[in-house]
Amino acid sequence: MSDPTKPGATPADPPRRAALKTLAGAGTAAAALPLWARYTHAQSAAPIRVGFQMHATGIGAAYGRWYDRTTQAAARVINAAGGINGRPLEIVTEDDGTDPRRGAEVVEKFANQHRVDVAFGTLFSHVVIGSAPRAGELKLPYFVVSEGHHVASGMLNRWTLQPGITDVKSQVLAMAPFVAETLGRKVTMIFPDYAFGHDHRDFFSEAIAAQGGEVIAKLAIPPTETSFTRYFPRIPRETEVIYHVMVGPAVLTFVKEMGEFFGPSRPAIFGFIDSLEAVDLRSPGLEFLEGSYFWEGMPRYIQPDQTGFDRHFRAEVGIDENGASVRDPRDVSTYAHMFGCWETLHVIKRGMEAAGYAGPQDRQKLVEAVEAMTDMPESNEHPQGAKLFNGRTHQVFGQQHVSRLENGRLDVVRTVPLEETFYPDEVDYTTRPF
Amino acid sequence: MEFGPYLMLAALEGAVTAAVLALMAAGLSLVFGVMRVVNVAHGEFYMLGAVLAFVVAGMAGGGALGFVAALVAVPLIVGALAVAADVTVLKRVGYDPERTIVATIGILYILQQVTLMGYGPDARPVAAPFNQRIALPWVEWGAGGPSLYWPWGLSITSYKLFVIGAAVVVLALLWILMTRTRIGLVMRATQLDRETAQAFGIPVERVYALVFGLGAGLAALAGVLIVPIQQAHYLMGGDALLLSFIVVIIGGLGSLPGTLIAALLIGLSDGILSVFFSPTLAKIVATLLVALVLVFRPQGLMGKPAR
Repeated sequence: MSDPTKPGATPADPPRRAALKTLAGAGTAAAALPLWARYTHAQSAAPIRVGFQMHATGIGAAYGRWYDRTTQAAARVINAAGGINGRPLEIVTEDDGTDPRRGAEVVEKFANQHRVDVAFGTLFSHVVIGSAPRAGELKLPYFVVSEGHHVASGMLNRWTLQPGITDVKSQVLAMAPFVAETLGRKVTMIFPDYAFGHDHRDFFSEAIAAQGGEVIAKLAIPPTETSFTRYFPRIPRETEVIYHVMVGPAVLTFVKEMGEFFGPSRPAIFGFIDSLEAVDLRSPGLEFLEGSYFWEGMPRYIQPDQTGFDRHFRAEVGIDENGASVRDPRDVSTYAHMFGCWETLHVIKRGMEAAGYAGPQDRQKLVEAVEAMTDMPESNEHPQGAKLFNGRTHQVFGQQHVSRLENGRLDVVRTVPLEETFYPDEVDYTTRPF
Repeated sequence: MEFGPYLMLAALEGAVTAAVLALMAAGLSLVFGVMRVVNVAHGEFYMLGAVLAFVVAGMAGGGALGFVAALVAVPLIVGALAVAADVTVLKRVGYDPERTIVATIGILYILQQVTLMGYGPDARPVAAPFNQRIALPWVEWGAGGPSLYWPWGLSITSYKLFVIGAAVVVLALLWILMTRTRIGLVMRATQLDRETAQAFGIPVERVYALVFGLGAGLAALAGVLIVPIQQAHYLMGGDALLLSFIVVIIGGLGSLPGTLIAALLIGLSDGILSVFFSPTLAKIVATLLVALVLVFRPQGLMGKPAR
């Protein structure tokens, strides 16, 4: 069995006997050391441990695989540049099975067993909502990479922050004008039936109404569903635009069955790339999507105006020009989301440096240091683009893209600047106690 | 969508579900009928069928050829695996009802976790050998009498029709095997009375291994057939197992015609209820049906009361 504390190791429990041996050894060693030696050791050389809550199994597994690769790449880059405050960064990976209850247990394990400095990396909104209260109780800074609006809505706590990826509410605010102007005003929404999908439902309905459009039907589908044709007859005939966002292992089936349902006479289609993350857009059955539009957080296919930062990011994570792994072109990444892990780790690094972070006693200082951040210029640390962090709502804002699917690849047709993604604050976490 | 086309679409979707379910449940029912073994690992054989279809189709170069290779090879591979499981595990616990349940739960987890370790947590597709969309017409009563029109969304694919046809053929072959051949006679004799059969020189243990392999092979075949429609995923066995148990309990344990009727009932009610109301309600109704059958007709629709 592998050592789960090593970067690159697969998540697994350490064998009990080995753990006991290590504990006994460390205890003896610690008792033998004079007090000052223990103190300086902890201050200078011990690695900073980041607990990575990974969706290695369950419905989020495709994202988990790529969040892991991105996280490991970012940790490698940070360590090559000297680590954080002169200490190496160590990623401690635990699988949460994309399950909220298991997620809370993983957070607890991070705090009490692995003794990590911060926890990080959760994507699926129900897992975030299940885990964040426990992180708050344990006073463990919890950096999520989730897109859900639950951070900025004030539902969570002062210890939970989302500094590396934008939230659904700002994304749909950026998309609604495009949908209403270009595609149509009578929209049928298809979304997964849990917190993330409900964010889409609620905020897109508001945003399209503000553009003079209307959501005429809302189809909620359980994220574990494997068969979809039976949901589609509820799409009203007068629909002008289908708005789809789906997650889970069956996303390809979802899109294929949608194509089979409509046949040659489909309405306009606008989707969040979530519906086809980690899926090859040239898979058989997806031909009907030609000419349809997608939201992308970061363009999967290399664009003519590619920045040097995107080039650096792709090279470090191992992504080719089509957004697939350089080792296996069939292994398509979750490119529109996974930059969030990269950027969040760099925010943690910057926050720890600003706070003079030395150990768990400085966790509160770290949260305050991140809350004090605002501008994050486009750079190797922020390859997706410039960002603005709102310390009161613990949420970051950034640019969004609309891409058109043509000849089996996505090309950006509109980039919405970050200023057009703002909405009024709904919470001020800085007034809440630690 | 109007009511008529809506109902027709629901029925077609339900028929596909029923076809796959009937194959799976026939395997489960056969194993229970002959061996009196409640095979909790049955869903995992279905999952293995789908996963191995992906592997075999990939090795055979994909396309129609890959699918045909999977259709032939995968049920045999899974069947052989099940025979091995029978000889190494079930035989050792003496086919004792309680212990076989625990043993098959163990097999379930072994198969599931080995698949997770080898194949990974992703859902992967297998290309259908042919997949034309067939738009279906509907009759409309206009001013000038009845006329045909093609409603939006009322369609089926040629592959889905093939699944229904294939299930019918396989079930017919299974029925012939059970009622018209010597090996079927031997199986039925073993089912009727194990000890007497043994006294008449029937190699009961070999019959058991064969039946367990045949049951798993049927589940694997259902898995191969479904994988171009859905995708192969290491957790797909759970729901399938639950539905097969529902079908087998309603139809009567060990009764092939009962299984077929129950599969049609559950498949169609699932299709229609989930189109008109919600898929959750369809599951509720199926479970309620099981409860009613257990209370009022514990032997199932076509089962014979225990002697």
